[in-house]
Amino acid sequence: MATRTVTFEIKRQAGPDAPAVWESFELEWRPGMNVVSAMMEIAANPVTADGKPTTPIVYDSNCLEEICGSCAMKINGRARMACSALVDNLEQPIRVEPLTKFPLVRDLQVDRSVLFENLMRVKAWVPVDGTYDLGSGPRVYPQEQEANYPLSNCISCTCCMEVCPQFNEATDFVGAATIAQVKLFNNHPTGKVFKEDRLRALAGDGGIQECGYAQNCVEACPKQIPLTNAISDVGRDVLTQKVKDWLRG
Amino acid sequence: MAAPRIIVVGGGLAGLAAVIKIAEAGGTVDLFSIVPVKRSHSVCAQGGINAAKNLKGEGDTTAQHFDDTIYGGDFLANQTPVKGMCEQAPAIVDLLDRMGVPFNRTPEGLLDFRRFGGTLYHRTAFAGATTGQQLLYALDEQVRRYEAEGKVHKYEGWEFLSAIIDGKGIARGIVAMDLRTMELRAFAADAIILATGGIGAIFGKSTNSVVCTGSAQSAVFQQGVYYANGEFIQVHPTSIPGEDKLRLMSESARGEGGRVWVPRTVGDKRAVKAIPESERFYFLEEWYPTYGNLVPRDVATRAIHKVVYELGLGLDGQPMVYLDLTHIDRETLHHKLGGILEIYEKFVGVDPCVEPMKIFPGMHYTMGGLWVDVNQMTNISGIFAAGECEYQYHGANRLGANSLISCIYGGFQAGPNALRYAKSASAAEGDGGAAAEVARQAEINGKLLRNEGGENPFKLWRELGREMTEHATVIRYNKDLKATDQKIVELLDRFQHINLSDKSQWANTSFAFTRQLKNMLELSRTVVLGALLRDESRGAHYKPDFPERNDEKFLQTTKASFTGCDEGPRFEYEEVDTQYIKPRPRRYDAAK
Repeated sequence: MATRTVTFEIKRQAGPDAPAVWESFELEWRPGMNVVSAMMEIAANPVTADGKPTTPIVYDSNCLEEICGSCAMKINGRARMACSALVDNLEQPIRVEPLTKFPLVRDLQVDRSVLFENLMRVKAWVPVDGTYDLGSGPRVYPQEQEANYPLSNCISCTCCMEVCPQFNEATDFVGAATIAQVKLFNNHPTGKVFKEDRLRALAGDGGIQECGYAQNCVEACPKQIPLTNAISDVGRDVLTQKVKDWLRG
Repeated sequence: MAAPRIIVVGGGLAGLAAVIKIAEAGGTVDLFSIVPVKRSHSVCAQGGINAAKNLKGEGDTTAQHFDDTIYGGDFLANQTPVKGMCEQAPAIVDLLDRMGVPFNRTPEGLLDFRRFGGTLYHRTAFAGATTGQQLLYALDEQVRRYEAEGKVHKYEGWEFLSAIIDGKGIARGIVAMDLRTMELRAFAADAIILATGGIGAIFGKSTNSVVCTGSAQSAVFQQGVYYANGEFIQVHPTSIPGEDKLRLMSESARGEGGRVWVPRTVGDKRAVKAIPESERFYFLEEWYPTYGNLVPRDVATRAIHKVVYELGLGLDGQPMVYLDLTHIDRETLHHKLGGILEIYEKFVGVDPCVEPMKIFPGMHYTMGGLWVDVNQMTNISGIFAAGECEYQYHGANRLGANSLISCIYGGFQAGPNALRYAKSASAAEGDGGAAAEVARQAEINGKLLRNEGGENPFKLWRELGREMTEHATVIRYNKDLKATDQKIVELLDRFQHINLSDKSQWANTSFAFTRQLKNMLELSRTVVLGALLRDESRGAHYKPDFPERNDEKFLQTTKASFTGCDEGPRFEYEEVDTQYIKPRPRRYDAAK
């Protein structure tokens, strides 16, 4: 009996300025196989489908449980996490390519540090007085926890930014992930001390008004974060803040 | 004197905790991490963090937490640091709460607590079933705040290769490699803190993340740091077997009422729902009536092994048992365990609220690690360690939800101690040995690129993983351990004949991996030979030929030191600090 195989087409690029080429791989099918396990297989036997020796694929990955946010890439045209992309659920050949909105490093590896820079710009933290023992935190009712926990689940994968038509060099849009974090920290009893700063950071060019309500972000989010709700809530607050700032002169 | 320079290697909970303490005290830190720190392995911790806050009216105390931890660790942990950790735990959880961790709450708005293994108290604070993620993010946010203030400089995408140690044996900095340009560079420091996590990759597939190779620990071990209690490896009773890894299924599933069972009849082919209650074998509940499904991990893992391999009761003849949550209502499950149920459904394709999960033990945690003193400093002046990469908080077996607290507490100790040390450290002479160390690393890189032969590093790694998992995890026999060590020696020899298919010097991940592999091989010998020499059973270390704990001979910390000889590391033993709690027999079928 012939062994069942799986076919991959992977976009390779030796560096940011190198030409892109597609390579095909034919791998033995295994139960529970996903796109990362396939790439591990290729690393152990780096030979293309037509028998040509090649190099292991370069890609980011770490936890393989869809919680670290490392392995975002485009699989069959869709931005998603490679570890949870089960081969059995994918149409073949499985086409794998890097995210397109971020500087390419090599093969499937891109530089997504812009998200961490954005989080710094909006002061996405709770300014505690210090790490010494100051007793319990503020009371938080279960209903509030339930509202905030989903926002706090953002794994910084940047899928929401990849699929956003407005996230590009022309607009300099911060993207949905950062806006959702603004909502999270503005909701926190201590975090909200920076509420005005955060809203002002989202008020200018590249801020929240760049959002075109395409709603791609909420569909792409692997963690089902209510991104569009966050955008409309924060959008309203930004507007209110603008009016307040204008009235204050 | 110039402001002291401190390097922290590793951006998980322990590393970030150390960074925060140093920055808060006015110091500056260079923080090195292979991955962006927010993607560190701490993110995978699920169930929760222990602190005896006694918010359930059970009379829980930090003394009780201390006793549970020492007892759970089969008396191998030095008691003074563990006592300190348990006493500080409530304040640490309060701090995390203040930092905005979205912990689950009671109706009154207080922290909710659940039960975990090895205790009879509700002592575990939790944020759904993604507590590690939430804690890591809280510390990541605080570090970003210090980064904005210029007190922390991150080197993400840099890999630690070695310490720079001067002629007097004092650490003077590190050599690291930029994982994009592959550039080697020396970074001077007055003190360095390693917080580089566990060694799961040595076992091939484990619940650990890809970066958990133990490469950094191994590098400093080969430079003279002792490696302690290496033979103590935790195999988590409940993981989801997979092609690329074993995904963790948190102990919190049992903490919230999950039950482990198999059909009583060998080869029962009926659908799970068709098996009546009376024909289900809830073996943990029957064998350990007091703790039931919440016995410590080593006990649960051995019980599952027995059921599968001795009684032949694995599901459908496969090495798997049921972990059943289907008797709990969907809303409660979603609220308290959402994250892990999602993982199961995504990767297995079955809804665990409807059908019991199929699970099996998987390598999970490294109790042993770099030897440190009570100040978290190793035997090389200026090298500190904190978190899973060091050995001192869990003895022979770690209790669930004690890892997060030990990481943060360890980091909180290491940070200020390193700063204090750095302030009084003598100045280095010349470059402190930096140029020589860079040259040594460049030579290793050069040799790897010039190597010719037919070996593939990923294949060697698989062989190592298979061997280690088979012979150096749940059940250990001396004959097999000896054979495994021989196999590692063979792999070390074959390592010399690795021919890299990718010799480029740009973002070469397989090159970086191959460097890690060498370190994995060296470190795995401390696990195997440490186990070989310990002829007793204690905590996670179990030898059927020596089934009892032997305090007279082995109530001792194992300390391995690197020799560079074919015979492997040299072993010596050190007395365990048992000044507070007298060792007593450990059993979980009755109350302590």
